Amino acid sequence: MDTQGSLWEVFVQKKTGQPFVHCGSLHAFDKEMALQNARDLYARRGEGNALWVVLASEIVASTPEDIGAFFDPSNDKVYRHPTFYEVPDGIKHI
Amino acid sequence: MKQGTLFKYLLRLGDTALINTQRLSEWTGHGPFLEEDLALTNIALDNLGRANALLNYAGTVEGKGRTEDDLAFHRDERDFYNILLVELPNGDYANTLTKQFLLSAYEEILYRKLSTSADPVLAGIAKKSVKELTYHVRHTSSWLKRFGNGTDESRAKAQTSLNELWRYTGELFEQNDVDAELIQKNIATELHTIKSEWEKVVLEAITECGLEVPSNAFMQRGSREGKHTEHLGFMLAEMQFLPRAYPDAKW
Repeated sequence: MDTQGSLWEVFVQKKTGQPFVHCGSLHAFDKEMALQNARDLYARRGEGNALWVVLASEIVASTPEDIGAFFDPSNDKVYRHPTFYEVPDGIKHI
Repeated sequence: MKQGTLFKYLLRLGDTALINTQRLSEWTGHGPFLEEDLALTNIALDNLGRANALLNYAGTVEGKGRTEDDLAFHRDERDFYNILLVELPNGDYANTLTKQFLLSAYEEILYRKLSTSADPVLAGIAKKSVKELTYHVRHTSSWLKRFGNGTDESRAKAQTSLNELWRYTGELFEQNDVDAELIQKNIATELHTIKSEWEKVVLEAITECGLEVPSNAFMQRGSREGKHTEHLGFMLAEMQFLPRAYPDAKW
């Protein structure tokens, strides 16, 4: 019998406007508890300003078998990568 | 201002936070599951920070060179002014959380009012505490809802705790001449006004959880004079053992 609750993945946002970054997971029985637990586990040392919690079962992920079909085609096509534009100094978070 | 009035008031606040921390810490490593173990010990740490700040200020106000450690570890029972509610044993999880809810709901209102105290140091400590206490109320009340609306067993346990703890809530609002003097100087706050706000918050939460407000009118008291339950002595013996046994020890 599972007495831990469901598995949730936690994402934290360091500053407003920046992307949410995965920082760990936790078990909880409902949304409210999941959010409170995320605050207690992952917001202890000033990690950021916002939290997302997502049921792990809701996450759709690619599999290792997909690496070839999903990611290889773009790797050897240099014209697809935006590396020829030089970002001027002082511009952050493009 | 009479010698020692503010000192006594700060001790009441600081000791309450300190003894609450000590009790909550007993759950370290024994929580029902990992996330909850961390949540409760986090609450304990918040209260430790507040105890530290308040006792540090108390030592300054007293002017005899006592630090927060001297006050925490080298005073006897009769010199502690914490409210009785925080020295009661933890019991089961429902009991601990019901106790913490009654306390946090009270402290959230109290420290919110103290944020406008005429004493700037006390106001500063209070402002910081309100942010922590808002979360404590949220966490404990959501657990109370789970206990009350959960199974028959959980509801019964929560109701038993509420019945047993209720007689310790009268003391929260007791005022004496320390309060009177400080209220006149706008340093402390009226506890009668806090009482009605607290009753509203607690009644709403209790009925939302399918529980009943206990009906006994008798209220236990004594901490304003340093008179405590039988539990404080044992807690202090454990808490103060090391500094008293090795007075020259340094971290």
